[in-house]
Amino acid sequence: MDSLYFNLNHPKEKTNNIFKNIFQRGSMILVAIKADFNWVRMPFSNIAKSDRTGKKNPSPISARRSSSIAGGPRLKPGSVVPRNIASVRDDGEQDDDDANAWDNRALLKPDDQLNLTEAELKEEITRILKANNPNAPQNIVRFNYKEKMYKLIPHVEQLAIHFQMDGNLIPVDSEEAKRQLMMKKDDENSPESESEVVNAETEVKPTEEEDEDGNKRVAGQKEKKPANQFNFSDRASQTYNNPSRDRGEMTEPPPRLNFSSNATQWEIFDAYLEDYEQQQKSKEKKPSSKTLEKQKVKKTNQADQGDDMLKVAKSAKILERMVNQNTFDEIALDFKYYEDDADDFRDQEGTLLPLWKFACDKAKKLSVTSLTWNKKYTDLFAQSKGLILLYSLKNPSYPEFIYYTESGVMSLDFHSDYPHLIAAGFYDGSVAVYNTAESTQVPKYTSSARNGKHTDPVWQVKWQKDDLDGNMNFFSVSSDGRVVCWTLAKSELLFTDVVTLSLENSLESPDGGIVAALGCGTCFDFNKQQDQIFLVCTEEGKVHKCSKSYTNQFLDTFDAHHMAVYSVVWNSFHPKIYLTCSADWTVKIWDHTCKDPLFTYDLGSAVGDAAWAPYSSTVFAAVTADGKVFVFDLNINKYEPICEQIVVQKKKTKLTHIAFNSKYPIIIVGDDRGNITSLKLSPNLRKKPKEKKGQEAPKGPEYEIPKLDKILSLVRDPEAASKQ
Amino acid sequence: MDQQESESQQKEDTSKRHTYPLIRNSDMHEEMRTEAMELCVTACEKFSSNNEGAARMIKETLDKKFGPAWHVVVGEGFGFEITHEVKNILYMFFGGNQAILLWKCA
Repeated sequence: MDSLYFNLNHPKEKTNNIFKNIFQRGSMILVAIKADFNWVRMPFSNIAKSDRTGKKNPSPISARRSSSIAGGPRLKPGSVVPRNIASVRDDGEQDDDDANAWDNRALLKPDDQLNLTEAELKEEITRILKANNPNAPQNIVRFNYKEKMYKLIPHVEQLAIHFQMDGNLIPVDSEEAKRQLMMKKDDENSPESESEVVNAETEVKPTEEEDEDGNKRVAGQKEKKPANQFNFSDRASQTYNNPSRDRGEMTEPPPRLNFSSNATQWEIFDAYLEDYEQQQKSKEKKPSSKTLEKQKVKKTNQADQGDDMLKVAKSAKILERMVNQNTFDEIALDFKYYEDDADDFRDQEGTLLPLWKFACDKAKKLSVTSLTWNKKYTDLFAQSKGLILLYSLKNPSYPEFIYYTESGVMSLDFHSDYPHLIAAGFYDGSVAVYNTAESTQVPKYTSSARNGKHTDPVWQVKWQKDDLDGNMNFFSVSSDGRVVCWTLAKSELLFTDVVTLSLENSLESPDGGIVAALGCGTCFDFNKQQDQIFLVCTEEGKVHKCSKSYTNQFLDTFDAHHMAVYSVVWNSFHPKIYLTCSADWTVKIWDHTCKDPLFTYDLGSAVGDAAWAPYSSTVFAAVTADGKVFVFDLNINKYEPICEQIVVQKKKTKLTHIAFNSKYPIIIVGDDRGNITSLKLSPNLRKKPKEKKGQEAPKGPEYEIPKLDKILSLVRDPEAASKQ
Repeated sequence: MDQQESESQQKEDTSKRHTYPLIRNSDMHEEMRTEAMELCVTACEKFSSNNEGAARMIKETLDKKFGPAWHVVVGEGFGFEITHEVKNILYMFFGGNQAILLWKCA
């Protein structure tokens, strides 16, 4: 065990700290330190006195012990400790003497000792043990860069370490020691293990001995691996390698061509010469080529016109109308101003003045199957054949719109609120809605085989008021015996069967069963006042009064005609009166509350169409298959037409449809050759009856209804009327 | 004799006159052809006595403009058989005695 030396100049705390440090390293040193510690704690005044007197107040134990340490062989010269106990060292030889011999000893004085007087000896000299290191320099001066001058460093490191040893001892009862013990116990093969474990001293042995010991052990047994204090272990693993696969792809190489030639002087010369000759030739041809070019330019201009037409469509349209106005100037004037003076001399009869004729090459020899005026733009009307044509009176030469259809168009109707919408019924039973505001040929809505298409031609379509949800809807009637309401949903047509025209007497099939037969609907019309009530006519000549509210049940049924009913129209003013026309040559006027017709007119030929005039409750017109137009005014003549006129050029041309314009005194009639003729009604045909001087002719439905009622009353009850 | 003389004179005249670029074979687009032709004219006028320089200039400019791998031959007499990418060949004469062949093949 090495000796320990302490700097007594250390502050006490520091010394203690050193002790503590040492103390923690192990118990073996502790004994020695304790002894030293006691010694250190000896009062300094005693030491000082003993220094001088040598005998006074001796502290034998402390002196002896201190000498045992201070006089150790490894006392370092110049260390601080010996200076304070220098005098004690002199007594070292007497260490082994008896305590009794202490007093008898003669004082030996060193030669150089000062001889002090008694007074001097008695003088108290106080010495203070400071914590300053006397060897530490007190006057260190350093250059201060901050203040640009040399400055005294006031605080100097006072610590002087004379000995330092890091021990490798561990307390027996510590965790680490326990673990090591355990390991050693486990290693039972080792003969020395037990003794080693118990004897902690082996741990503290110098490394050389340890090595020797270890070598010995290697000879006897396997070398032991030291415990892994970091609890660290090596682990390795290999992830799977994804299987790789080769893929090859060739892109198509860019197209290539081979080219070969020879570039020689003579070839170059020839080429230039050839080119020169060609130039000469082209010069000769230039005049002619110029004209060719001009022609080409013209052609291209014409081709370009097609595109340009779209751009200048509007102005071109105006121009076209101006041209038409010029060519049909007389007709336009007639339309506007001509009134037949002959009417003044005829009593009641009137005439029809033919105005424009509308014919389109595309519609040649196609029968006019439907005619209808646009309710908002009164100059526009539509005509249907194999295609839909929309004419304006302003341009009689060419239709405004043409729609080509896959199937023959049988019926048309303009929407009253949305004049750009046209409902159309086709021969194949489908219905469609066209939007003239869109420039497409394709109908906006169309019915298909899936959503309730008719199975037979659709003879009539009619728009109705928007339903409760605000959706537009129209009705259609077809030979398959159904009346269907079509609702325009967002993108499709929804259908509802309103009425199926079942026959009263169902047919008996040959094997005795009963076959439910359906009547073939041909036309229908809604009552103008009560739009839930409508009339449906059939090819059997029956007229069914129906209501939207009661499906599959007729409110009433009239046996109106012997043949197919071609048209049924409610009176424009009177809510009860309607007329029918039929292939059995007759036109009949009915009251829907009455089973029998009020009037019956035989026109001598099949009546294609009939219509009430929009300006009077008593005027109606009919067209027949022998090309005649009949105009009746019940107010003037209840039995004979006031006008009967052939309007077709060729014989055997049948008139198929008629329509009154709501604003102008004209009618249009269509024939089976695809021509439409507009006719102006002469003044007699639209005469306001009972015109009196100074009194305006009464107008409006308030007047028109009683006017018709008056006439009807004559028919119903002639005797009563005559009495009046 | 007079006839012969006049003929030869005429030929001389034509050969003198015929210095304009004359395209013998090209399937390029109109725009590209015009550009390539003008480039050839420029290059041949710049390097009137240095065919290699002209060819180099044409090739490098074409590579820059239309993508790489252009080949250019400029000369007064040569024969060739080449494979070229479609729409990328121009064979023309210029200056009355020079043939310029340029094609693209990567």
